[in-house]
Amino acid sequence: MPRDTFEKLLTDLKNQLLELGTMTSQTIAKGVDALKTRDRVMAQSLIARDQEINRLRYAIEEQAYELMATQQPLASDLREIIAILLIAIELERIADHAKNLGEIVIHMGDEPLLKPLIDIPRMAEICESMLAQALDAFVRRDAAAGRAVCERDDVIDQLYQQVLRELLLFMLEDTRTVTRAMNLLFAAHNLERIGDRITNIGERVIYAVTGKLEELNTEKELPE
Amino acid sequence: MMTPSLEKNRVPKIKSFQRALGDNAHVNETPMATIKMQIKRLNFYYGAHRALEAINLDVYANCITALIGPSGCGKSTLLRALNRMNDLVPQSRAEGEILLDGENTLAPNVDVVEIRRRVGMVFQRPNPFPKSIYDNVAYGPRLLGVNKRSDLDAIVEKSLRASALWDEVKGKLHESGLALSGGQQQRLCIARTIAVEPEVILMDEPASALDPISTYKIEELMQQLREQFTIVIVTHNMQQAARASDYTAFMSWQMSGALLDATRAHAGRIIEFGATKNIFTNPQEKETEDYITGRFG
Repeated sequence: MPRDTFEKLLTDLKNQLLELGTMTSQTIAKGVDALKTRDRVMAQSLIARDQEINRLRYAIEEQAYELMATQQPLASDLREIIAILLIAIELERIADHAKNLGEIVIHMGDEPLLKPLIDIPRMAEICESMLAQALDAFVRRDAAAGRAVCERDDVIDQLYQQVLRELLLFMLEDTRTVTRAMNLLFAAHNLERIGDRITNIGERVIYAVTGKLEELNTEKELPE
Repeated sequence: MMTPSLEKNRVPKIKSFQRALGDNAHVNETPMATIKMQIKRLNFYYGAHRALEAINLDVYANCITALIGPSGCGKSTLLRALNRMNDLVPQSRAEGEILLDGENTLAPNVDVVEIRRRVGMVFQRPNPFPKSIYDNVAYGPRLLGVNKRSDLDAIVEKSLRASALWDEVKGKLHESGLALSGGQQQRLCIARTIAVEPEVILMDEPASALDPISTYKIEELMQQLREQFTIVIVTHNMQQAARASDYTAFMSWQMSGALLDATRAHAGRIIEFGATKNIFTNPQEKETEDYITGRFG
């Protein structure tokens, strides 16, 4: 191989991205666990973990710039590095949303949950699975798999609307539930945003593989 | 740092169309502009060796077309065919057509000197004549019969301004061209080329012997020159092709299995031609991809 050095640096960078992906996926799982168990210690550790994730994201970003400046990648190499850069940013933002779940847990204190958690853990589960699928599509350079990930975001959006409708009813029936309903709504909203950001990752995979920029996450309408 | 690539949006794009470029060449989203030169079914031989095979290529007016490809793929042969500079090589022979504004420059009755005036050339190493800066630029016009001092003065100033050298040399026009720096010498050669008002300028690795600053100056100059001229450049520096050209043709002599037979082996072909931005972000041919990402060549 005439470009062993470059190949090695690019592989290193990809591995770091996958590590960032694993860390991010874990924070989603932990966030929902903390919400289910109302475990404030776990919520705190989630918030602390976010700083590590931020550091790794900046490390990846810096190396991506360095590779572009020193190795002048072109064509599929260039697209791959750009994809790594943008996916790293998406992952960090996803972790921020997961961190918000921890903050909600701390904010709720000892107040009892308004209702048992059903749809929110379901949303989190789909998010984790979508994220794994998206990163797998990136590693395998599979544009069709990247597109399939984006399609699953519809399920997340439907669940979010269901949660929203349900919580609205609680709030309309008894205004004293507003604070507790808003906490859960905020949690669901963060998961809905995570779904959108995983869709963005799917778009990056498609670009890296095909060179085509596709907008797959068109604005979904929410009920009035 | 100059960014000539920003200028690329100005390339006229009337509509996309696909055009056959020979048997196995892929057209990468070819926009349409006025065609200045058209190469049709060009085969080129040095003695029995076929150096170019079935070349079809359109050179668009007021655009910069880059020829890239591995050593020995025929880039320079193709470039020199465009103003019949190859005629000077013994036993060389061309088949096919090279049209300049629709007229075949390979036709037997063509005035080769006139072709070379209309299609000028700048070489890899700056090669000013051992004469003054003024005489270097005035050389061509004098050969063409311009003798009036005021006319020559005007041509020299205009050419040196167009080659972005005037401000640096206006006080020393009668000093030797060889006393200039390498980058200045190359711009002097460009001034000498444009003094005879060509329509097309061929550049064979014009910056490969220059430092980065002089290289950027040449590239920036090319962006200005293409307002008036059509430029074809051969370069080994892919970043340069990416920065400075509007269209890129990737050439190679490597052949896939079925085509590989002894007589045609190592004949240069165009593998892919397209808008530069497409060739360097999303080439359609694997061979192009392998070459520009450094995995072959």
